[in-house]
Amino acid sequence: MKKVAVIGVGMTRFGELWNSSLRSLTIEAGIKALSDAGVPGERVDALYTGCMSGDMFVKQGHIASLIADYGGLLPVPSTRVESACASGGLALRQGLMAIASGFANIVVVGGVEKMTDALGSQTTGYLASAADQEWESFNGATFPSLYALMARRHMYEYGTTEEQLSLIAVKNHHNGSLNPNAHFQFEVSLERVMNSTLVADPLRLFHCSPVSDGAACVVLASEEKAKEISDDPIWIIGSGQASGAIGIYDRDDICTIDATVNAGKSAYKMAGVTPKDIDFAEVHDCFTIAEIIDIEDLGFFKKGEGGKAVEEGITSLDGELPINSSGGLKAKGHPVGATGVAQVVEVVTQLRGKAGKRQIKDAEIGLTQNIGGSGGTAVVHIFSR
Amino acid sequence: MIGVIGYGAYVPKNRIRTSEIARVWGKDPRNAEKGLGVSEKSVPSIDEDTITIATAAAKCALKRAGIDPKEMGAIYIGSESHPYVVKPSGTVVAAAIGCEGELRCADYEFACKAGTAAIQNVMGLIEGGYIKYGLAIGADTSQGAPGDALEYATSAGGAAFILSKKNKDSIATIEETLSYTTDTPDFWRREHEYYPQHGGRFTGEPAYFKHVGTATKMMIEKMSLKPEDVDYVVFHMPNAKFPVNMAKKLGFSKEQVTQSLVVTEMGNAYSGSSVLGLTAVLDVAKPGDKILMTSYGSGAGSDSFYITVNDAIENKRDMCPKTWDMIHNKRYIDYATYTKYRRKILMR
Amino acid sequence: MGVPRFWREIPYRYRLIGSYCEKCNETFFPPREICPRCRRSGNITDVKLEEEGEIFSYTIIRTAPPEFDVQTPYAIALIKLKNGPLIMSQLTDCEIDEVDIGKKVRMVFRKISEDGDAGIINYGYKFILAE
Repeated sequence: MKKVAVIGVGMTRFGELWNSSLRSLTIEAGIKALSDAGVPGERVDALYTGCMSGDMFVKQGHIASLIADYGGLLPVPSTRVESACASGGLALRQGLMAIASGFANIVVVGGVEKMTDALGSQTTGYLASAADQEWESFNGATFPSLYALMARRHMYEYGTTEEQLSLIAVKNHHNGSLNPNAHFQFEVSLERVMNSTLVADPLRLFHCSPVSDGAACVVLASEEKAKEISDDPIWIIGSGQASGAIGIYDRDDICTIDATVNAGKSAYKMAGVTPKDIDFAEVHDCFTIAEIIDIEDLGFFKKGEGGKAVEEGITSLDGELPINSSGGLKAKGHPVGATGVAQVVEVVTQLRGKAGKRQIKDAEIGLTQNIGGSGGTAVVHIFSR
Repeated sequence: MIGVIGYGAYVPKNRIRTSEIARVWGKDPRNAEKGLGVSEKSVPSIDEDTITIATAAAKCALKRAGIDPKEMGAIYIGSESHPYVVKPSGTVVAAAIGCEGELRCADYEFACKAGTAAIQNVMGLIEGGYIKYGLAIGADTSQGAPGDALEYATSAGGAAFILSKKNKDSIATIEETLSYTTDTPDFWRREHEYYPQHGGRFTGEPAYFKHVGTATKMMIEKMSLKPEDVDYVVFHMPNAKFPVNMAKKLGFSKEQVTQSLVVTEMGNAYSGSSVLGLTAVLDVAKPGDKILMTSYGSGAGSDSFYITVNDAIENKRDMCPKTWDMIHNKRYIDYATYTKYRRKILMR
Repeated sequence: MGVPRFWREIPYRYRLIGSYCEKCNETFFPPREICPRCRRSGNITDVKLEEEGEIFSYTIIRTAPPEFDVQTPYAIALIKLKNGPLIMSQLTDCEIDEVDIGKKVRMVFRKISEDGDAGIINYGYKFILAE
């Protein structure tokens, strides 16, 4: 297998971007990434785009062709990748495999979601398609309710508190306030989080990531091309992917997302590192409870102790193991298909020392973890300088 | 001779007090409480309808009957609030209890006596040797127009009966049944209308009392009955006054009616009314007791039944919740919640 | 949901018919074409699941999709069926503060949703607190 590096990154701001369309968002992120990489369009061998559902939100399928066309990259081979919220991370892995296997030398990987063209009431239904449609959504479950069920059980089995859940939001908003691309760039107090409207008990409005528009893009290159083109390549040293039960009713333990555990193990093995070697990570905090479960499943903390970790400040920006320096999905925003790729943008920016006010000191090895649905898919990547 | 081998009742949990309804419309609460003798009525939850009520009652009847549902030969549901105008409630209930297949089915309508008409039909199929077991259900989620007098009492509930040729498993024997029918326009609902119309005081003497009275007299004569021969009397209950007055007119006492008088605390469940009165009686009757039941359906007609309670009731009675227990298992809602559940609010 | 799609699922939704693998002795709901543990070496048959269970986890939904909006707030629970698997279902006819992990529940037959005022009514299982 060939070594693969990230040689360029770019993203739009995330937010309610009324003036932007699915196409314009993708192009904006793509231009930024290719400019950052210093790669002209003709040299792109393949294009992979993560997008959960242009089909539902803007009635547009066949995204692969649309983006290649409007990106001015025809006739590049273009593929749309979907696994709900893990679409972006999965797109990265597909791009990685294309180069590692020798099929391509320079690959553009993007992620995009245009969510605000749909009515809020419709969006709830569209997002529920990440769950088990027949047996969860049909019975009245919403996407937040699935994580709420996990939260309730986590609180019951491990004593995790609502305050600990809320501290995740406080931390991530603090980080987001330092990120010029974040959807929300304001701090929130613990009181504000704990008094926000209930969405699905015990999860409140401020425990849930927002509905956002946005796109993110990275340029990958083989070792040979990376050394030729870039003076600052960031190496993808580990990649792991795993599937889990699509419905949470089919899991033995709803406080653990097996897909993350398995994907993490694969990634660590490939990279030849252990959880202790990771300096910082971007994890999938679609809801605050998810961040707690993620950092346990990735082996950073024992099962049940994720809440304590945030309470003790270990995962703060200036802590031993900063989690979600970008603001996470909570503050940075969660345009579904873009999220997995935006996580890579943050990790690479940190490793390059270009994260400005939210720079993590001595960042050597970073990790991204991207989940689909309530844990039906998980993708983990490990990066180093 | 036909026997009842299983019976089941279902009353939804929600209640609205008649005084609460009166409050909203600026009327004297005593009109309903004292005038009609009804203090509160049952209201179906937002996820309940005649089909779900019929299913709940049928499952209890099946439990008491102890038969394999696949042996059911017929299912007839009588209601004036079938969820579909075209597509029978019977097929959904059949699927819910597992008796699809070789099965006779159709839905019945005859205002409040559709359930008892269903019983008579099933009796005929058994007597004629066409089926071994048959299920007859009377269930309704009736509606009264907002502010109309009917709104105080129109309620929801249902009862189911599994019949067969009389055998040792019969909890009761239907000794005789007959009907009296005329064309009397006391209460009706046109297609596409949401609420029924009625003839006011015309619904009394020429309608309810004439038909219930005549049918019951015909039964008394046919069976050579004296009032003291009967242990329990069950009449259709549009309110608490009519059945008690009817009993008095025919020589029965108020005490003979009391056990069946479910209307006082749950209102008039239309096709579920007299049949829930019957299940309330079966919940306490002793082997050998005699029950006289006459239903009433506007339009108009009455079905009368003379029933003897058998030994098997003692073993089966306690297998499912009792009628009055269900009536007492309740939660109160206000008028706003009531209009939301009953879809009386214009949403668009 | 389209008419045929719902109709196929009637035995499962109306009567709680699940799958049982004779090889590994596990029950599953919803039914499976193939045992997830034994795969092709398993032997899957239909089984009627028990209609009683216990709340394993729950949440109260306050923001719901359009078809359920009029019911908020309502409880969704993961229920551990007696001698059976976990099942996700709405709870009905209960005050939301009565719901808790460990409480006993039993199945009832209720309306789940409708395809609008003129469409098919979708019936199925819900659970109530067992007294």
